[in-house]
Amino acid sequence: MTYLDYQATTPLAAEARQAMLRWLAEDGFANPHSAHAMGRAAKAAVEVAREQVAALFPPGGKVIFTGSATEAINLAIQGRAYGAIAVSAIEHAAVRDTARAVGSYHELPVGPDGLVDPQVALPDGLGLVAVMQVNNEIGTIQPVAHLAERAHQVGALFLCDAVQGAGKLAAPASADLIAVSAHKLYGPKGIGALWIRDGVELSPLIHGGGQESGLRSGTLSPALCAGFGAAVQVALARQEEDAAHVSGLWDAARDELARWTLNGSETERWKGNLNLRLNGLDVARLMSECRRVMFSAGSACASGSGRPSHVLRALGLSDNEARSSIRLGFGRYTTREELIEACRAIDAAAKTQGV
Amino acid sequence: MSETPLYLDHAATTPLLPAAREAMLHGFAIWANPSSPHAPGRKARAALEEARSRIGAALDWKGEIIFTSGASEALALAIARCVQPLAAVSAVEHEAVLRHAGEAARLPVDARGLVDPAACALSGLVAVQQVNNETGVIQLVDAIVAAVRSAGGLLLIDAAQSAGKLDTPDADLIALSAHKFGGPIGVGALLVRDWALLRPTGGQERGYRGGTENVPDVLAMAAALEAGRDWLDQARQLRERLEQEIVAAGGEIVAADAPRLPTIGAYRMPGKSANAQLIRFDGQGIAVSAGSACSSGSLRTSHVLEAMGQVGANEVIRVSIGRETTAADIDRFITAWRGVAGA
Repeated sequence: MTYLDYQATTPLAAEARQAMLRWLAEDGFANPHSAHAMGRAAKAAVEVAREQVAALFPPGGKVIFTGSATEAINLAIQGRAYGAIAVSAIEHAAVRDTARAVGSYHELPVGPDGLVDPQVALPDGLGLVAVMQVNNEIGTIQPVAHLAERAHQVGALFLCDAVQGAGKLAAPASADLIAVSAHKLYGPKGIGALWIRDGVELSPLIHGGGQESGLRSGTLSPALCAGFGAAVQVALARQEEDAAHVSGLWDAARDELARWTLNGSETERWKGNLNLRLNGLDVARLMSECRRVMFSAGSACASGSGRPSHVLRALGLSDNEARSSIRLGFGRYTTREELIEACRAIDAAAKTQGV
Repeated sequence: MSETPLYLDHAATTPLLPAAREAMLHGFAIWANPSSPHAPGRKARAALEEARSRIGAALDWKGEIIFTSGASEALALAIARCVQPLAAVSAVEHEAVLRHAGEAARLPVDARGLVDPAACALSGLVAVQQVNNETGVIQLVDAIVAAVRSAGGLLLIDAAQSAGKLDTPDADLIALSAHKFGGPIGVGALLVRDWALLRPTGGQERGYRGGTENVPDVLAMAAALEAGRDWLDQARQLRERLEQEIVAAGGEIVAADAPRLPTIGAYRMPGKSANAQLIRFDGQGIAVSAGSACSSGSLRTSHVLEAMGQVGANEVIRVSIGRETTAADIDRFITAWRGVAGA
């Protein structure tokens, strides 16, 4: 079985698992908000993890642990009254749906390459601009540094969903709010973080014990925090190595699937994401015929919904083109041999469809 | 500080049960995204759904279950998304409810910490905890359910301290947290009698809670609930002994006349501030707390004890026992208590 769905989730790194085990051990429990000695030890572990996670981000801000990136994004968007919000047309539903729900919503288009134009017109009265760093469906890297500057010029804050880019690319230095998720960078599920630039005030969505500077109540899990921290540490230490590995995988897969059309920019992209289409392809049939290759059509969250991807439509693809697209995602633990074998299986299965 | 730690703060969090740890490690192995349509994704989904039905069975809950990151999130979700606005909350709720309460009425409690069920006959959403986290007092939940229902209201129960220990109440919305009953920190649930009681937001969990589901922690939560509650009999005996000795040593039991969970007790040591007590106990390796973990160290007077009209509220500490607590642990604590009280 070959797992080619690294955008949906990544395997838990052995280092992250190891860091978690210490806090899942029989004597490893304690509420990090308790004042006694055991509580203080748990708190120390949470703070070490916070430092490790903070290394993902620019200086001059704080890391708030959340239950997921979705929650981090909700906190960023709902935690403040912004007035109008502009988001790219290819944002994840966590950004799109939340921005839509809170009020005046404006969509920034992308070109056929899946990129927002850095000179895109911004409407008046903007309070927040949200553009993701790396798209989860097509892997394109957005010009976030430039867009953050543009947002600041019109007096708006800039939120970056860095879920797919964190640990792989440097964080956008000029963003005001950055959301990340542990399980997309080989850490555990159940934890994410919001980075908040100093001076940006938010109000909490989850009240209670007042944890996380009052911004996010709920007992923090030392195990999840430690696993997240360790995963970040490994990702940063291996950043170049991981990128080189993924780049090699990309070249191999592109060679194997040379007759397929790439969705999204060839150059401005994270190379662990290969979104391809073949006119006339029946993706559901392909998936059932390639049962040993785990890949997806669109994002995990939307898959199975039957709706054509809003991302592929935003590129200008027809519904039929969107429906004949697949996403192959690979990363640190993918081997070249298994990827090549999987690509050949996919291509052969497509050929049996006559496409 | 060389003494072995004695942990009597199980209301703050309690150790992960071995069965829960096993379940979590198994969950690490099925790490695919349960929303993915491929085989590993479907396997993760199947494990998630199986755990959901096991949790329903363990809690004897026939309604729906939404997985969250914990009780605080479950409570926030319930209050924000309920079709009825929040009308009233008890004065002794956890901050996770109180801080959302805004203009909602505060239901007072008597000296035993009990809400008058008749006062709960309100339309709108009424939030009352099953068990208080600081005193262990068990509310008259059946009567409260009847009162709320008679008035056409909806009842939200914070069951963070009671889930897995007491029967699940017949409420409309119930919040719980796994790490209070031997599951992991970082996962909880909102039990929902009927989907029609909540407005969806989109995303996972049938559109009621976005975010990739934390499958390992959910599996561990199911295993922890299935571990059962036979141990509570032993807890009851240990607590009886603890309280006899505390009273004999001049201490005072908070809400002694109220129905109380056998694992949580609040005790006043007259003439000694809770903070001074905690420092002394901590110095002997004994972990207890003043009020909730979240507010410990804040030196604020507990709003719970204040609402009960408790005399000497700042001299009260919480002692909470767990599955592993032994008679020897209780003896050690009593000896320490006498030392702190006498010095």
